Amino acid sequence: MRQLRFLQAMNEAYHQAMGADESVMIIGEDIRGGIRGETKGLHGAFGDLRVLDTPISEAAFTGFATGAALAGLRPIVQFQVPSLIYVAFDQLVNQAAKMRLMLGGQANLPITYTLMVSGSRGGNAGQHSDNPYPYLLHAGFKVVCPSNAYDAKGLMIQAIREDDPVVFIASAMSLPQKGPVPEEIYAVPFGCGDVKREGSDVTVIAIGHLVPEALAVAERLAQEKNISVEVWDPRSLLPLDREGLLKSVKKTGRVVIYDDTNRTCGFAAELSAIIGELAFSSLKAPIKRVTRADVPMPFNLALEAAVLPKPQQLEDAILAVRSYAHV
Amino acid sequence: MEHKIEASTSNIMPAQFARSLYYDMARIRQFENRVVTLVDDNEIAGVCHEYSGQEAVAVGICGALTTSDIVTSTHRGHGHTLAKGGDVGRMFAELLARTGGYNKGRGGSMHIADVGIGIFGANGIVGAGAPIACGAAHKFKAARENRVAVSFFGDGAINQGVLHEAMNLAAIWDLPVIFVCENNQYAISTPLKEVTILDPYVRAQSYGMPGVCVDGMDVEAVYHAALTATERARTGKGPTFIECQTYRYFGHYTGERHMKMNYRSQEEVDRWKLRDPIKIWAARMMESGLCAQEDIEAIDAEVNIEIDRGVEFARSSPPPNPAEALDCMYAVPYPNTPAWGVEP
Ligand SMILES: Cc1ncc(C[n+]2csc(CCOP(=O)(O)OP(=O)(O)O)c2C)c(N)n1
Ligand SMILES: [Mg+2]
Repeated sequence: MRQLRFLQAMNEAYHQAMGADESVMIIGEDIRGGIRGETKGLHGAFGDLRVLDTPISEAAFTGFATGAALAGLRPIVQFQVPSLIYVAFDQLVNQAAKMRLMLGGQANLPITYTLMVSGSRGGNAGQHSDNPYPYLLHAGFKVVCPSNAYDAKGLMIQAIREDDPVVFIASAMSLPQKGPVPEEIYAVPFGCGDVKREGSDVTVIAIGHLVPEALAVAERLAQEKNISVEVWDPRSLLPLDREGLLKSVKKTGRVVIYDDTNRTCGFAAELSAIIGELAFSSLKAPIKRVTRADVPMPFNLALEAAVLPKPQQLEDAILAVRSYAHV
Repeated sequence: MEHKIEASTSNIMPAQFARSLYYDMARIRQFENRVVTLVDDNEIAGVCHEYSGQEAVAVGICGALTTSDIVTSTHRGHGHTLAKGGDVGRMFAELLARTGGYNKGRGGSMHIADVGIGIFGANGIVGAGAPIACGAAHKFKAARENRVAVSFFGDGAINQGVLHEAMNLAAIWDLPVIFVCENNQYAISTPLKEVTILDPYVRAQSYGMPGVCVDGMDVEAVYHAALTATERARTGKGPTFIECQTYRYFGHYTGERHMKMNYRSQEEVDRWKLRDPIKIWAARMMESGLCAQEDIEAIDAEVNIEIDRGVEFARSSPPPNPAEALDCMYAVPYPNTPAWGVEP
């Protein structure tokens, strides 16, 4: 099959979704210029009224999308970097996320928020390295975090079709990754996790750009130590495929969660709690979390590496849960 | 009392329309009086911000709108929904948190809205409705729908950043938006004069849109300003900023009566009440021969019946079922999404 980069898959999803439904529009900063490529060609194809470049006014363009959605459009809101959502937090959390319930269900808000270059990119320091999906999950947004180009296109198409606000995490480290992507328009449904590698000894739940890392570690452990690691990718974090998650956990009984968000109240914390509550009797070892540390990203690269979750930590954790025995 | 623009005295209005303005203002006044009673009787929980005193603003602005035009409302929003044609019964039902309420008991006073008649949310966050109005206006412009979006906000919103971002967007894109600042002189206890050097309407100029200031106690003046602004919006010329000088009769919210707050004097309140928007309009209609005293009394009686019936409807409407507390969050729910606080 044809190979595309994650970024190109996003671009194709935008083009196909806008081509298929004229109520889809996109708004954000430097969309026409397409500084990274995911919005390339949209302005030429769909014009000024559907492709809107804004002033640096995140709160206003986020609220703008809410109003446009109430009036019948399906806006895509693009944040140039994820930390900009904090500037628009009232419009996201108090307005878009709460509006449907507060209105007693009178209107739908089919909005897609794309968080570009999410996570750390090496040397971008405190305000350009966030991976802020736990805040958004807490606010009740549906959140997808694709780990490859195929899922990126399919989850983007589904996000745009979904009749609720959806956050699409475009992990910085995933954007250049290549993978097979069908040419036709297709959707990856929400709430359907994916076993990216089958295994029987340990389940690794990996999120977004950490999935390829987890697969590499699993491969190495299979060859060097004859350990069989299953890698499970939730793909949509909310809704979460509990059934798929618990199926894998019950099969292996040993779990490591590999997630690049803060330790305290991060996504791994939520997953651990679910597994602890619903699969306690299947567990043969305590759940281990390999996460980001609880500090803003320091600038120095060695410090950054010390804060981020790493393949070596994942490997250590797999070995630890693998050899764990009740005394 | 100073007013930037003299009250309009033209009476080129058809009698029926003039009376409808009176009817709509009387309806808001009586509605809010009943709200106070219902709060006192513990039939309404939570917080209500009464619109009394400001009726000419909502009614004057909405008088220039059609049902397909939309507004974004505020925490002091009962008047906006009523003026836009909201049903008294469904409004009371919402305040009483019943299933028959506009928001099925999920919104309450601060979020009461009928999307069907173009209320795109009433907002508990000061200034937050402005960009929402802009987004709706963009749809109207893009689809050549000849519709207008109005954003209501108080004087307190004038120093919120998002309002300024929204005004700028509306101006650069010539959006059919009307920004209506209801300057009732205070944000809770903070006088506008202490927190803002120039009058609110002056700021419009820096965004490149017309800014006008009208007597917000004069429904006719507000209506004419709104007509000019809607005409401008509907002909693709872009947004307008209208500041309405007005006053709220009650405290910031119902409960303020029981607190000893002294940010404004009784003398000041009484002075504003001398220019009551409803009395002024009744007097002007009679002077101009548009109606007689009996007509006014007949309208008041008619409104009274409507209010009574509305409260009756609300009381007879069933409360929501707690088992449905998570309903309405998503158009498309999934298993466990949204999740309850305990495992089912
Ligand atoms: C952003 C924000 N800050 C503070 C508050 C708390 N608050 C509620 S109403 C209000 C005063 C608003 O004044 P104004 O905009 O003039 O409206 P008014 O109450 O006079 O109608 C304040 C400070 C809020 N709701 N939102
Ligand atoms: Mg005020």
